[in-house]
Amino acid sequence: MSEVVIKTEKLTKRFGDFIAANEITFEVDKGEIFGFLGANGAGKTTAMRMLCGLSIPSSGKATIAGFDVYKQTEQIKRNIGYMSQKFSLYEDLTVLENIRFFGGIYGLTDQQIKSKSDQLIKQLGLEQEAKKLVVSLPLGWKQKLAFSVAVLHEPKIVFLDEPTGGVDPVTRRQFWDMIYDAADRGVTIFVTTHYMDEAEYCNRISIMVDGVIKALDTPRRLKDTYHANNMDEVFYELARGAKRSE
Amino acid sequence: MNSRVEQSEANKTIKMKQFLIFIRKEFAHVLRDRKTLLILFGMPVVQILIFGFALTSEVKDARIVIMDQARDAASRQIISKIEASRYFEVDKTVRSNQEMKEALKQGDIRLAVIFPANFNYDLVHQNDARIQVIADATDPNNATTLTSYISSIIQDYQADFNKTNNIPYRIVPEIRFLYNPELKGAPNYVPGVMALVLMLVCVMMTAVSIVKEKETGTMEILLVSPFSPLKVIVAKAVPYLILSLVNVVSILLLSVFVLDLPVNGSILLLFAESTLFIITCLVIGIFISVKTNTMQVAMLISLMGMMLPTILFSGFMFPIENMPVPLQVISNVIPAKWYYIIVKDIMIKGLGFSAIWKETLILAGIAIVMLVISLKSFKIRLS
Repeated sequence: MSEVVIKTEKLTKRFGDFIAANEITFEVDKGEIFGFLGANGAGKTTAMRMLCGLSIPSSGKATIAGFDVYKQTEQIKRNIGYMSQKFSLYEDLTVLENIRFFGGIYGLTDQQIKSKSDQLIKQLGLEQEAKKLVVSLPLGWKQKLAFSVAVLHEPKIVFLDEPTGGVDPVTRRQFWDMIYDAADRGVTIFVTTHYMDEAEYCNRISIMVDGVIKALDTPRRLKDTYHANNMDEVFYELARGAKRSE
Repeated sequence: MNSRVEQSEANKTIKMKQFLIFIRKEFAHVLRDRKTLLILFGMPVVQILIFGFALTSEVKDARIVIMDQARDAASRQIISKIEASRYFEVDKTVRSNQEMKEALKQGDIRLAVIFPANFNYDLVHQNDARIQVIADATDPNNATTLTSYISSIIQDYQADFNKTNNIPYRIVPEIRFLYNPELKGAPNYVPGVMALVLMLVCVMMTAVSIVKEKETGTMEILLVSPFSPLKVIVAKAVPYLILSLVNVVSILLLSVFVLDLPVNGSILLLFAESTLFIITCLVIGIFISVKTNTMQVAMLISLMGMMLPTILFSGFMFPIENMPVPLQVISNVIPAKWYYIIVKDIMIKGLGFSAIWKETLILAGIAIVMLVISLKSFKIRLS
C-alpha cells in the first residue's frame, strides 16, 4: 500500500456567487506523476493555489504531505516546490546566485547549497554559464534550471503550473526526463498542462470542467472509457460541454 | 528544555540568515541596473546643483531704471559706478513716479534706484543722505541678490567719499521689496530637494521593485516559499532605506561643501527625522505596490500621485500661505510638507526637537496610518 501525499475531500472555493472549484475529491500517491488538466477557466489554478497554501478553501478538507491546508500552511510551504508558467527565476542574477538565493530562503545551509549547486550545474551542463546572468540563457535551459531550483530543497511534492509553455519539443522531452528522475527519487509531481502528448506521460490524470473533476484515471483507461484514440479526443469529449471559458 | 531553547535560537539564526540573503539579492537588483543607479545617485546631485547654481547664483546685466531727482555731482558719480558694474544695465532714466511704476510693471526691469532732489546737499550738510531702492520681489532670491549688489556699490562710493573728507558722511540705501515684502518662499531649496529626492526614490523605487516581482512571476514563488509575505515586503524595503540614507549624506555634503549651506542644528536629529520620513515614503511605496499589478502603473501613480503633490504642496516651490483654504487643508496630508518644515528648522534655523515635535508626530501618524492600510489590503490580496 503506497503512501498518500495529497488528499482532498469536497474541496471548494467560492468567490461570491462564483464557485471556482466545486467539491474536488482526489488522492495522489508518493512518487506519482499526476496530470491536472482542464480548459482555461476550469478552476485548475484555483485548486492548485489552495493546495499550495496560497488560498484558503471555502469548504471541504485537504491535506498536503500530511498537513492541513487550513491550519498548517507554513509546514506545507516547507514541503512543496513550485514552478509557474511564467518563467520564475531572477533574470538579473547569475545562475549560481539564483540557486544560492532560493536555497537560502528555504533554509539550506551554506554547505548544502554549495554541494547542491555544484551537482546541479554539472547535471545541467551549465559549467560555462554558472556565473552568467540568467537572462542570457535560452528559454529551454531556463525552464530546466527553474525546475531544478524548485526541487532544490528536496520537497515531497512539486507543483508545476504549465511548465513547458513555449518550449520546443526536444527540450520538452528533456524536461520530462527530469520529471521522471524526480519521481523516481520519490518526489510527487503535480502538473498542469495544455499539451495532450504530455498528458500521456502522466501516471494518472484528472480533467476538470467548470470547477468539477469530470474524469480521473490512467491515460490508457480514460482512452478506453471514452473509446478514444488519444488524449486529445478524450479531452475534447469532456471539455466541449464546458460553459465557462476565458 | 535546553534543547528546545537551542532549537529556537538556531531557528532565529536561520531566519536572520534568510532575511540577509534576501536583502543581498535586493541590493544585487539595484546595483546591477545602471538606470536605477543613475536615478538613485545621480538625481540628487543633479538636482542640488541645478537648484544651487542655475537658479540662485549671481545675476548679471539686470536691467534697472534710475530716477535721478538730484542731478548733482554725488548722484552722477554713483550712477556711473552702477553703470560700470557688470551686474546692472541701466535701461533708462525716468522722471516721474508714474513712469517708474510703469517700467517696473513691464516685468523685465528688476530694480529702480531713486535719488531724492537734494541728495548732494543732504550728504554734505547733514552727513546723512538717502537713496531709495525698489526691487521687484516676485523672484525673491533675485531681488535680495540685486539689492545687496546695489548696497555694496553705494557703500563703496561712501568709503571713497569719506577718504577725502574728515567728517564721516553716511549714505543710507532704503530698500523696499515690491510685491513680496517679506521675501516668503525664498527657495530654501536644499530641504526641498531632500524631500523631493527621498520621496521619489523611496516611493517609486520600492513600488516598482515589488510590482516587478509580481509581473515577472517571482512573487508567486516567494509566496509559496516558507519566507513569510510580510518579510518579503520588509526585506524589499530595507535596501532602499539604506540607499536613501546614503542620499541624505550626499545631499548634505554637497550643501555644506559646494553650496556653503551649513547644518545649523543637530545632525543626529536630522538623520533621525530623515529616517522617519524615508519609512513613511517606503510604506506609501508598498501601498502602491499592493494596489497595482504592472510596473508602468506603479510608476505613473508614484510620479503623478506623489511627485506632483510633493512639489505643489510641500511649500518648497509655492508658499502654502498664499493658497486657497481647501488647498491648504490638502497640503496637510502631504508627508513632504512636514519633513520640509522639519529640515528647514533643523538645518537653517538650528532648532532642536522641542521645536519640531508636532511635525514629527504628524509624520509618524501618517506613516502608521499608511502602514495599517497597506497591511490590511495586503492580507486581503493573499486570501
